[in-house]
Amino acid sequence: MLSRTAENLYWLARYVERAEYLARTIDATLRVTALPATYIGKTNEWDSALLTAGVGASFYEAYSEANEQNVVEYLAFSPSNPSSIKNCIEAARLNSRSVRTALTSEMWDTINSAWIELQEVWGKGTSTREELAKFLRFVQETSLRFDGSAYRTMLRNDAYWFSRLGLHLERADNTARILDVKYHVLLPEEEHVGGPLDYYQWTSILRSVSALTAYHWVYRETLKPWLIADLLILNDTLPRSLASCYSNLVRNLDQIGVAYGRQGAAQRHARGVRNRLEHSHMDDIFQHGVHEFIQEFLADNSRLGEIITKQYLI
Amino acid sequence: MAVAFDEMNGLGGDLRSAYQELSRWLKETPPDALEYRRQEAELLFRRIGITFAVYGDAEAQERLIPFDVIPRILSAKEWTLLEKGLKQRVRALNMFLRDIYHGRDILRANIIPEDLIFQNPVFRPEMNGQNVPHDVYVHIAGIDIIRVDADNFIVLEDNARTPSGVSYMLENREIMMRLFPDLFARHRVAPVEKYPDELLAALRSVAPLSASAEPTVALMTPGVYNSAYYEHSFLADKLGIELVEGRDLIVKNDEVFMRTTEGLKRVDVIYRRVDDDFLDPLTFRPDSALGVPGLMSAYAAGNITLANAVGTGIADDKAIYSYMPDIVKFYLGEEPILKNVQTFRCREPKDLAYVLDNLSELVVKEVHGSGGYGMLIGPAATKATIEAFRDKLKREPEGFIAQPTLALSTCPTCTASGLAPRHVDLRPFVLTGSNHVTIVPGGLTRVALKEGSLVVNSSQGGGTKDTWILDE
Repeated sequence: MLSRTAENLYWLARYVERAEYLARTIDATLRVTALPATYIGKTNEWDSALLTAGVGASFYEAYSEANEQNVVEYLAFSPSNPSSIKNCIEAARLNSRSVRTALTSEMWDTINSAWIELQEVWGKGTSTREELAKFLRFVQETSLRFDGSAYRTMLRNDAYWFSRLGLHLERADNTARILDVKYHVLLPEEEHVGGPLDYYQWTSILRSVSALTAYHWVYRETLKPWLIADLLILNDTLPRSLASCYSNLVRNLDQIGVAYGRQGAAQRHARGVRNRLEHSHMDDIFQHGVHEFIQEFLADNSRLGEIITKQYLI
Repeated sequence: MAVAFDEMNGLGGDLRSAYQELSRWLKETPPDALEYRRQEAELLFRRIGITFAVYGDAEAQERLIPFDVIPRILSAKEWTLLEKGLKQRVRALNMFLRDIYHGRDILRANIIPEDLIFQNPVFRPEMNGQNVPHDVYVHIAGIDIIRVDADNFIVLEDNARTPSGVSYMLENREIMMRLFPDLFARHRVAPVEKYPDELLAALRSVAPLSASAEPTVALMTPGVYNSAYYEHSFLADKLGIELVEGRDLIVKNDEVFMRTTEGLKRVDVIYRRVDDDFLDPLTFRPDSALGVPGLMSAYAAGNITLANAVGTGIADDKAIYSYMPDIVKFYLGEEPILKNVQTFRCREPKDLAYVLDNLSELVVKEVHGSGGYGMLIGPAATKATIEAFRDKLKREPEGFIAQPTLALSTCPTCTASGLAPRHVDLRPFVLTGSNHVTIVPGGLTRVALKEGSLVVNSSQGGGTKDTWILDE
């Protein structure tokens, strides 16, 4: 297929995934900030929402205070934030238009309808909590529909695989960034002066990667920070864990390699990251430092993006 | 202006036979049912994303072309005549182009003045003496036809560069069949769905000699911001070929390749929807970011077929148009089946004098204009506009032609106040391959939605209709 088509499919999936992640982040932050101050302590949750979205610096160029109104506006609707939900959906539609021939009509319809709704219903943003909740649900449902229609209607060829690469790369990045911002509340008890405050931070993290219920099914325990880290980093059965994202990246890259009769740097690099995740234990990671581990992972992940681009997309 | 011929009721109000069943159906169908389906059609168009952009209109970067649900119907007999005339005309266009860029017999026979060719900005000296595969220049032609009475179809304009609109012909039919299955069951409408297959066959048949037995065809678009982008992606999809932009292509050793995820892949035929000027920055406009450097040299080396060929603008120029009847006679030795609109060449003093004396009754067009822009419709214009045109004509007479205001036929159309006659034209699409000319039965009917308006262009408030050719 055309390199540009592959590139558009890859970015289309990234934008949709990012929009959903931002919606989840806002949703989780709203829940935490709704709690009385004695439950969440003094941290500014809206600040950390900006950090997990990776837009902390650019936000303060436009606003002086990170409060609900400003952060929601910036993350969801701001035209000046290149990765606001609004811009993600617009970029997704533009990418879809460029590769219409590679999309199934169901996928096109999902993105096009979302884009129309974005303008007709959400053009002026939201003014109440209820509207905001509705908007966030709309974004998550768009992502689910898009993902579902890709899964159910696309031919299993390179177009599908490149779209999956974008999705899993973006997802790994998002999960890793949440961990990076919140790692201090995930340290084992003896190293951490935590209290009941952290409980709500933990549920918030799990919520933003839709893993709260999954946690209980996997561990059948009360929330423990190192188990949360284990779930999000190493547990292959959780779709948003780093391990699961890399299983998928390796598999999709292998499929491309087989179809093209050639492997390359992307396949090797992805396999390397996957192997490291497979052979890691949480003990070692804590010993090594969660922060350092995540930093290395983020660098590896964005390196994979560069390699894929060089190998296939230009 | 004469009373317009109505496709349904003729001149005297007698129902014409092709419309009998439709008329009966319209009487049985309550108006709100019609309105409901009209809204449904609009919703479908929007969801599919069939939009076009209007240049200079920031408000509506993407707009829907209004679709009118009342079909325009032609009988088999009418179509047979049209088809014959269209094929004849397009054969002549191709022979004319071959001649202009080679022997120039027609100039030596003094049928067309030389300066009309050589002084013409759409004449491409790069094409002099260059052979194109099978001598086909215009692979896809869109011929704009108007009807003035029961018997006469007249060519208003030949589009031999990158005619658009065929996606509407195909999508209009799809939507009509979805919305009005009952109406189709009562008619025998000739299908149009073979168009993509016929187009692909025509494109493959003109692949260069150096191509493999399975030539690779691609459709080249200026990109998503082009007004006809929807059509480009639609056609690429229907043809099952890659939709490429200039940046996807690269020329190496006079061969054209596209960049794919598996490396470079040779392209043999490009159905290009990019104007000549933007094809190759090394040959034409150096500032073009849409083109492919070196494309023209690959073309000259005979390693790529461009459809349509470069330089076809000289055949559909409005100044050349008035010579089309002579062109048909010269190359084919036949009388033209389809007539031209009587055309005054303002470059000729006698014609200019007549035009200046009769401005309020004529339509004046820029020779190089298109899309309905920059024209004067005398009977509808204000005094001031007419005087402005008079000045322009005196200053630069060779830039204009003039034609009598024709009463385009009308067809019943949904309006705010119920069904009413609106003026229509017709653009059938004529395909030329290595040894055959084909036309799917139908075309794009454009309708001027404003009462009394004669301008059918979508950029100026025109809409479209499904065009039915009834099978005997």
